Order: sequence, then structure tokens, then C-alpha cells
Amino acid sequence: MKFMILVKATKDSEAGVLPSEEMLAAMGKYNEELVKAGVMVAGEGLHPSSKGARVRFSGKDRTVIDGPFAETKELVAGFWMWQVRSKEEAIEWVKRMPNPMLEESEVEIRQVFDTEDFAPSDPTGELRAAEERLRAQVEGKK
Amino acid sequence: MTASATHRAIDAVFRIESAKLIAGLARIVRDVGLAEELAQDALVTALERWPEAGIPENPGAWLMATAKHRAIDHVRRSKRIERKHEELGHTIEAAQPSIAPDLEAAIDEDVGDDLLRLVFTACHPVLSTEARVALTLRLLGGLSTEEIARAFLVPEPTVAQRIVRAKRTLAEARVPFEVPRGEELAVRLSSVLQVIYLVFNEGYSATAGDDWMRPALCEDALRLGRILAELLPKEPEVHGLVALMEIQASRARARVGPSGEPILLLEQNRGLWDQLLIRRGLAALARAEALGGAWGPYALQAAIAACHARARAAEETDWPRIAALYLALVEVTPSPVVELNRAVAFGMAFGPAAALPLVDALLAEPSLAQYHLLPSVRGDLLAKLGRMDEARVELERAASLTRNTRERAILLERAAACARASSRAD
Repeated sequence: MKFMILVKATKDSEAGVLPSEEMLAAMGKYNEELVKAGVMVAGEGLHPSSKGARVRFSGKDRTVIDGPFAETKELVAGFWMWQVRSKEEAIEWVKRMPNPMLEESEVEIRQVFDTEDFAPSDPTGELRAAEERLRAQVEGKK
Repeated sequence: MTASATHRAIDAVFRIESAKLIAGLARIVRDVGLAEELAQDALVTALERWPEAGIPENPGAWLMATAKHRAIDHVRRSKRIERKHEELGHTIEAAQPSIAPDLEAAIDEDVGDDLLRLVFTACHPVLSTEARVALTLRLLGGLSTEEIARAFLVPEPTVAQRIVRAKRTLAEARVPFEVPRGEELAVRLSSVLQVIYLVFNEGYSATAGDDWMRPALCEDALRLGRILAELLPKEPEVHGLVALMEIQASRARARVGPSGEPILLLEQNRGLWDQLLIRRGLAALARAEALGGAWGPYALQAAIAACHARARAAEETDWPRIAALYLALVEVTPSPVVELNRAVAFGMAFGPAAALPLVDALLAEPSLAQYHLLPSVRGDLLAKLGRMDEARVELERAASLTRNTRERAILLERAAACARASSRAD
């Protein structure tokens, strides 16, 4: 099963403070371990939210809001995609991670939907069938 | 943490550490079976102590230290016994010719090398293919016998016995715990790759209704492949196999329909293909090719898979390239099934008239006599050429040969369509 590992932002990360060389080296070594164990699928660090934007949805309206955003602890500063056999294994790997921040911070572990996970919310297959029809229409117009 | 949560955490630690643990121990005791027992002992000790004392800061090192103490005890004990025998005047056969002379030095050696030794031992040619698969999943994948049994739809005692027997065979054959060198490496490596791909296919052929353990085999195989690619970064075929598996796995979501029916490659919704896995697959393929391995059997199959992955729509598929790649694949791994695939690609690239002779040449092939895809492909080509009566006969024959009910229904439908087209033409 796949998990997304979300490194939450801190004041420093939002201020664009770059990680120390020591920290980068430790993280590099950690990433290497993940790759060697066949766990790592992907991983990226994110710029502070000041370089980002949000689009707010309300009915038919779309409002664009430029960063930075206030609720620092809810923001994401980086992520990994891992393939492991259980949530416990993901937790165990996260515990081995070098502390990514100088301040107190959190790392969140979220399971990625798999094919079979979609089945309960689409028991009749209607949604997928609809998607197929839509696709056939789109392709027909090409 | 509750007791069961701690147990689950210990389980997770063990999964992460067990292969390294067994590999490190096997170098000391020179016996994979014994190494696994020692690793299990260390796990039992952890299960006894950790719920009370808490999980140590570095659980992997703790397990390794615990297990290695026992391993060293074991080696010392067997040496003492050996000496006693000598004192008694027995001539001792050098049963374990190279017990590591310096145990402490042995402990600090590179873990990667140990893992590689373990991979090659688990996939050793003295073992049957089934035994290699079971042992690899057990020792390197960290799967329990019960999980292996469930994944392969066999009773648990069968798997347990298979593993016990495999370990005994390795001990009796005195298979050295080492990485083969020179020319032998290529041969032995192909056995390792075959085992991994077999595990992958076992998972890939499982259907949506199956126990989740079966599809999980794809992930296990992928993980083993990725680990091996790190251990042997200069071996192009390892990257070729990883590329092939990544690209095939990228289609997992698209290859089964809402009610569990299989969807053929060309009919799949490409929007459901996992682009991340495709990118990883293409990168692995590029690595294989950069290492001069473009013509390896796995790299070629990956290159074919990559042609599909790169096409945004089925109509954009580069069939001439696929046909050329199949031609190369026939050269390196001649097989009637590959020939048949090549004929299909050739037909897609250059038309049914060009492909039919290739298929006809396979009609006398005894190994394909009962293979439903031969008449199915031939029927398809004949139908495209407007030879409806012949096409109908072939499609009906294909329907009678397939064991898959859904596929049979589809084939019979197509046969009926041929019959209708034929009567209209009359």
C-alpha cells in the first residue's frame, strides 16, 4: 500500500529559511536508506506558501487567493510517497527520519487510495461507467 | 501504547530489519536456515522485552546485536565441539570451511553485500522454482508462511514444508553464501530476475475479487526489484525488469472494469494509468539502455511496454517500433508466444495481410496447439481480411479453448458477428 508522508510547515519553513548543510546531509542519507529499502516512490520539498496560491470554490464561483497563508501548522512543506506493507511500517520509517525542522513540527501519514478502495463508494460501477462514456464522447469528437 | 499496538510496531520493525538481519547472520554462521532461526529468536526476545521496556531507540541495531550474540555463541559452541572431536582423535571433515575467522570484523562488513549474498542463495539453481519463490519472499520480502500460502492459494503447511526443505537442500548441497562472479553472475542473476518477475505476475494475474494478499505480491516484487537495482546498479537487466514492472503496475487501476472484468490494453482508460509509476519505469528503462542493456529480454519487454505508456491514445501507438522490438525479442528469447505477439504487432503496424503468414507459420507449433490466443489472433486477422467463414471457425475454436468464461462469451460474440457479416455478403 502507498502512503503520502506530509512534512508540515513551520515559521522557519514559511519564512524560506533554508535547511542547514548538516540537515541536508542527514536527509540525504535518510532518503538513500528509503531508496535502498525499496520504499521510496517519490518525494519533493515545497516552496513557502508565499509563492503559492489558493482557489476557493463556492458553487459556480472561483476566487483566487495569493499566499502566504496564515495557519502555518496546517500547511505542507514537503512530501514523500512511500510503498510499504502497513501503516505501522510507515510510522516506523517516519520515526527514523532526521528531525526536519529546528522548531517543533509534525509529520503526517496518510494512506493513498488503491484501486480496490474505490469499490465501496462506487458499488454499482456507475461512476466508472459514466467516466467511460464521457471518455468515449471526448474521443469521438477528436 | 497498548500491547497489541506495540506488537504491531514490533512486527513493522521486524519487516524492515529481517532481511538485513538474516543476511548479516548468514555470513557469520554460513547457514541461511540457521540465520533465519537466530533472527526469529531475536524477534521473540523483542516481543518479550519491548512491551515492558519500550521499543529501543535503534530497534534494528538492538535486534542485530541480540541475534549476533547468539550467532557468535553458536559458532563458538560448534568450534568447541569440533575441538573435542579432534581431542578424541576423530578426523573432522571441514563441514563449514570458512567460519568467519574474525567475528567482530565480520559484523561490520557491508550490509549490501550480505543482502546480495542472501538474494543469490535464496534463488540458487539447486532449488526448484517454487522453493526459490517461497524462500525469497520469506527471507527477503519478510512475508510469513501464512501470507505466502494465501498469496499463492496453497495450504500453509505446503509452504512451510517447501521452505524447510529448501533450507535443508541448501545446507546439504553446501551452497556457499556468496555472490557469484564473472560469467556465472549473468546466469545466476537471470534466475533471480525470473523469481521476482514470477512473483509480480502471480500478483498481476490475480483478479479484483481475490484476497488482497495476491495483488500485494506486485508491490512485493516491485520492492524487491527496486532493492536489487540499488544493490546491483550496473546490471542493465535489473533496471530493465524494474522498468517492466513499474510500467505494468502503472496500469493496475485501468485493467479491471467496474464488475471485475478484464479490460484489454488498447481499451483501457489511459487517464487511470499511474503517471508516477510510468515516469519511474521510463527512467529505469533509460538507465538499462544507458548501461548498454537495450537488447536484454527484460529491457526489450519494458521498451514495448514503454511504447504503450508513451502513447496518449491507443491510436497513437507506435506499432512499427513495437513490431521491431518484438523482432529483437524473438532473437534473444525465441518462443512461440513471443512470435505470436510479434505477429499481432506486425499486423497492427503493416496490416492483416502481412501478419497472417507469420501466424500461419505457428499453426504447426505443438506448444501452441491448445493455446486459445492463436486461433483468436488468426480469427481476428481473417475477419479484418473479410474472410468471415474462416474467421468464425477460428474464433469458435478459440472460445472452446479458453478457460475464462468472460473471454469465451466475447469470442463467441465475435464469431457470431462474423457469421452475420458472412450471410450479408452472400
